[in-house]
Amino acid sequence: MSETITALLLLAGSAFGLLAAVGLARMPDVFTRMQASTKASTLGLGCLLAGTALQLGDPASIVRAASIGAFVMLTLPVASHVIARAAYLRDVPLWEGTVIDQRREAERMKNEE
Amino acid sequence: MLETVTLIVLVVLAVSLLIAFGRLASGPTLPDRIVAMDLIAVLVVGLIVVSAGATQERVFLDAAIVVALLGFIGTIAYARYVEREHD
Repeated sequence: MSETITALLLLAGSAFGLLAAVGLARMPDVFTRMQASTKASTLGLGCLLAGTALQLGDPASIVRAASIGAFVMLTLPVASHVIARAAYLRDVPLWEGTVIDQRREAERMKNEE
Repeated sequence: MLETVTLIVLVVLAVSLLIAFGRLASGPTLPDRIVAMDLIAVLVVGLIVVSAGATQERVFLDAAIVVALLGFIGTIAYARYVEREHD
Protein backbone atom coordinates (compact mmCIF):
# COMPACT_ATOMS: atom_id res chain seq x y z
CA MET A 1 0.00 0.00 0.00
CA SER A 2 2.66 2.51 1.01
CA GLU A 3 4.71 1.28 -1.97
CA THR A 4 1.86 2.22 -4.32
CA ILE A 5 1.60 5.70 -2.78
CA THR A 6 5.37 6.12 -3.06
CA ALA A 7 5.29 5.11 -6.74
CA LEU A 8 2.42 7.52 -7.47
CA LEU A 9 4.16 10.41 -5.67
CA LEU A 10 7.44 9.78 -7.52
CA LEU A 11 5.68 9.57 -10.90
CA ALA A 12 3.73 12.78 -10.18
CA GLY A 13 6.94 14.54 -9.12
CA SER A 14 8.83 13.57 -12.27
CA ALA A 15 5.83 14.53 -14.45
CA PHE A 16 5.80 18.02 -12.88
CA GLY A 17 9.56 18.27 -13.40
CA LEU A 18 9.11 17.45 -17.09
CA LEU A 19 6.25 19.98 -17.28
CA ALA A 20 8.53 22.67 -15.81
CA ALA A 21 11.24 21.92 -18.38
CA VAL A 22 8.74 21.95 -21.27
CA GLY A 23 7.35 25.28 -20.00
CA LEU A 24 10.90 26.66 -19.88
CA ALA A 25 11.49 25.55 -23.48
CA ARG A 26 8.17 26.61 -25.00
CA MET A 27 7.14 29.90 -23.31
CA PRO A 28 7.71 33.16 -25.24
CA ASP A 29 9.65 35.46 -22.84
CA VAL A 30 11.68 35.39 -19.59
CA PHE A 31 8.80 36.20 -17.25
CA THR A 32 6.38 33.57 -18.58
CA ARG A 33 9.20 31.00 -18.69
CA MET A 34 10.00 31.78 -15.06
CA GLN A 35 6.45 31.39 -13.83
CA ALA A 36 6.12 28.07 -15.72
CA SER A 37 9.39 26.63 -14.42
CA THR A 38 9.50 27.75 -10.76
CA LYS A 39 5.98 26.81 -9.69
CA ALA A 40 5.84 23.43 -11.43
CA SER A 41 9.33 22.49 -10.22
CA THR A 42 8.49 23.39 -6.58
CA LEU A 43 5.42 21.12 -6.65
CA GLY A 44 7.39 18.39 -8.44
CA LEU A 45 10.23 18.45 -5.93
CA GLY A 46 7.68 18.41 -3.08
CA CYS A 47 6.11 15.24 -4.52
CA LEU A 48 9.53 13.58 -4.99
CA LEU A 49 10.53 14.44 -1.39
CA ALA A 50 7.25 13.11 0.04
CA GLY A 51 7.62 9.89 -1.96
CA THR A 52 11.23 9.34 -0.84
CA ALA A 53 10.42 10.13 2.81
CA LEU A 54 7.63 7.54 2.67
CA GLN A 55 9.96 5.02 1.00
CA LEU A 56 12.83 5.39 3.50
CA GLY A 57 10.49 5.72 6.45
CA ASP A 58 12.95 6.43 9.29
CA PRO A 59 12.68 9.71 11.26
CA ALA A 60 16.10 11.07 10.21
CA SER A 61 15.27 10.81 6.49
CA ILE A 62 11.79 12.28 6.99
CA VAL A 63 13.22 15.31 8.84
CA ARG A 64 15.90 15.82 6.16
CA ALA A 65 13.34 15.56 3.34
CA ALA A 66 11.02 17.99 5.15
CA SER A 67 13.85 20.48 5.69
CA ILE A 68 14.85 20.33 1.99
CA GLY A 69 11.21 20.92 1.05
CA ALA A 70 10.82 23.86 3.45
CA PHE A 71 14.11 25.40 2.28
CA VAL A 72 13.22 25.13 -1.42
CA MET A 73 9.70 26.47 -0.88
CA LEU A 74 11.16 29.48 1.00
CA THR A 75 14.02 30.28 -1.38
CA LEU A 76 12.66 29.56 -4.89
CA PRO A 77 10.10 32.43 -4.86
CA VAL A 78 12.78 34.82 -3.55
CA ALA A 79 15.24 33.72 -6.26
CA SER A 80 12.67 34.04 -9.05
CA HIS A 81 11.64 37.49 -7.78
CA VAL A 82 15.27 38.66 -7.83
CA ILE A 83 15.77 37.32 -11.38
CA ALA A 84 12.53 38.93 -12.57
CA ARG A 85 13.55 42.29 -11.07
CA ALA A 86 17.03 42.09 -12.63
CA ALA A 87 15.57 41.11 -16.02
CA TYR A 88 13.02 43.96 -15.95
CA LEU A 89 15.61 46.57 -14.91
CA ARG A 90 17.84 45.32 -17.73
CA ASP A 91 14.99 45.99 -20.22
CA VAL A 92 14.62 42.40 -21.39
CA PRO A 93 11.87 42.61 -24.05
CA LEU A 94 8.39 41.58 -22.92
CA TRP A 95 6.25 39.26 -25.02
CA GLU A 96 4.18 41.24 -27.57
CA GLY A 97 0.96 39.83 -26.04
CA THR A 98 1.74 41.36 -22.62
CA VAL A 99 -1.29 43.28 -21.30
CA ILE A 100 -0.18 44.91 -18.03
CA ASP A 101 3.13 46.66 -17.34
CA GLN A 102 2.39 48.57 -14.12
CA ARG A 103 5.89 49.91 -13.60
CA ARG A 104 5.99 51.57 -17.04
CA GLU A 105 2.53 53.08 -16.43
CA ALA A 106 3.65 54.46 -13.06
CA GLU A 107 6.73 56.03 -14.66
CA ARG A 108 4.62 57.62 -17.41
CA MET A 109 2.20 59.09 -14.82
CA LYS A 110 5.13 60.48 -12.83
CA ASN A 111 6.55 62.16 -15.95
CA GLU A 112 3.20 63.76 -16.78
CA GLU A 113 2.94 65.42 -13.35
CA MET B 1 7.33 -2.61 -9.08
CA LEU B 2 9.11 0.22 -7.26
CA GLU B 3 12.35 -0.53 -9.15
CA THR B 4 10.64 -0.02 -12.53
CA VAL B 5 8.95 3.17 -11.31
CA THR B 6 12.26 4.53 -10.01
CA LEU B 7 13.91 3.81 -13.37
CA ILE B 8 11.10 5.62 -15.25
CA VAL B 9 11.31 8.58 -12.82
CA LEU B 10 15.08 8.87 -13.26
CA VAL B 11 14.76 8.77 -17.06
CA VAL B 12 12.00 11.43 -17.06
CA LEU B 13 14.08 13.70 -14.79
CA ALA B 14 17.11 13.22 -17.05
CA VAL B 15 15.03 14.20 -20.11
CA SER B 16 13.79 17.31 -18.27
CA LEU B 17 17.42 18.16 -17.46
CA LEU B 18 18.30 17.83 -21.17
CA ILE B 19 15.45 20.20 -22.16
CA ALA B 20 16.56 22.71 -19.50
CA PHE B 21 20.14 22.46 -20.82
CA GLY B 22 18.78 23.30 -24.29
CA ARG B 23 17.35 26.56 -22.90
CA LEU B 24 20.62 27.23 -21.06
CA ALA B 25 22.50 26.89 -24.35
CA SER B 26 20.08 28.84 -26.57
CA GLY B 27 19.44 31.82 -24.25
CA PRO B 28 18.53 34.24 -25.86
CA THR B 29 19.14 36.67 -22.93
CA LEU B 30 21.23 36.29 -19.76
CA PRO B 31 18.19 36.14 -17.41
CA ASP B 32 16.86 33.21 -19.50
CA ARG B 33 20.05 31.33 -18.76
CA ILE B 34 19.80 32.13 -15.03
CA VAL B 35 16.22 30.79 -14.95
CA ALA B 36 17.45 27.63 -16.70
CA MET B 37 20.28 27.25 -14.12
CA ASP B 38 17.72 27.61 -11.33
CA LEU B 39 15.52 24.87 -12.80
CA ILE B 40 18.58 22.64 -13.35
CA ALA B 41 19.54 23.02 -9.65
CA VAL B 42 16.03 21.99 -8.55
CA LEU B 43 15.97 19.02 -10.96
CA VAL B 44 19.39 17.84 -9.72
CA VAL B 45 18.10 17.98 -6.13
CA GLY B 46 15.15 15.85 -7.28
CA LEU B 47 17.48 13.34 -8.97
CA ILE B 48 19.64 13.03 -5.83
CA VAL B 49 16.57 12.56 -3.62
CA VAL B 50 15.14 9.83 -5.88
CA SER B 51 18.48 8.00 -6.00
CA ALA B 52 18.69 8.26 -2.18
CA GLY B 53 15.39 6.38 -2.05
CA ALA B 54 16.46 3.87 -4.72
CA THR B 55 19.81 2.96 -3.13
CA GLN B 56 18.64 3.30 0.53
CA GLU B 57 21.69 5.55 0.95
CA ARG B 58 20.57 8.22 3.45
CA VAL B 59 23.74 10.31 3.07
CA PHE B 60 22.48 11.43 -0.36
CA LEU B 61 19.84 13.54 1.40
CA ASP B 62 22.62 15.62 3.01
CA ALA B 63 24.15 16.09 -0.45
CA ALA B 64 20.74 17.24 -1.70
CA ILE B 65 20.61 19.89 1.07
CA VAL B 66 24.03 21.21 -0.02
CA VAL B 67 23.02 21.34 -3.72
CA ALA B 68 19.80 23.21 -2.83
CA LEU B 69 21.80 25.77 -0.81
CA LEU B 70 24.42 26.27 -3.55
CA GLY B 71 21.72 26.61 -6.22
CA PHE B 72 19.97 29.38 -4.28
CA ILE B 73 23.18 31.30 -3.53
CA GLY B 74 24.36 30.95 -7.14
CA THR B 75 21.05 32.25 -8.51
CA ILE B 76 21.08 35.26 -6.17
CA ALA B 77 24.70 36.02 -7.07
CA TYR B 78 24.02 35.85 -10.83
CA ALA B 79 20.92 38.04 -10.50
CA ARG B 80 22.81 40.67 -8.46
CA TYR B 81 25.53 40.63 -11.11
CA VAL B 82 23.02 41.21 -13.91
CA GLU B 83 21.41 44.07 -11.98
CA ARG B 84 24.79 45.67 -11.13
CA GLU B 85 25.93 45.48 -14.77
CA HIS B 86 22.89 47.56 -15.72
CA ASP B 87 23.94 50.58 -13.57
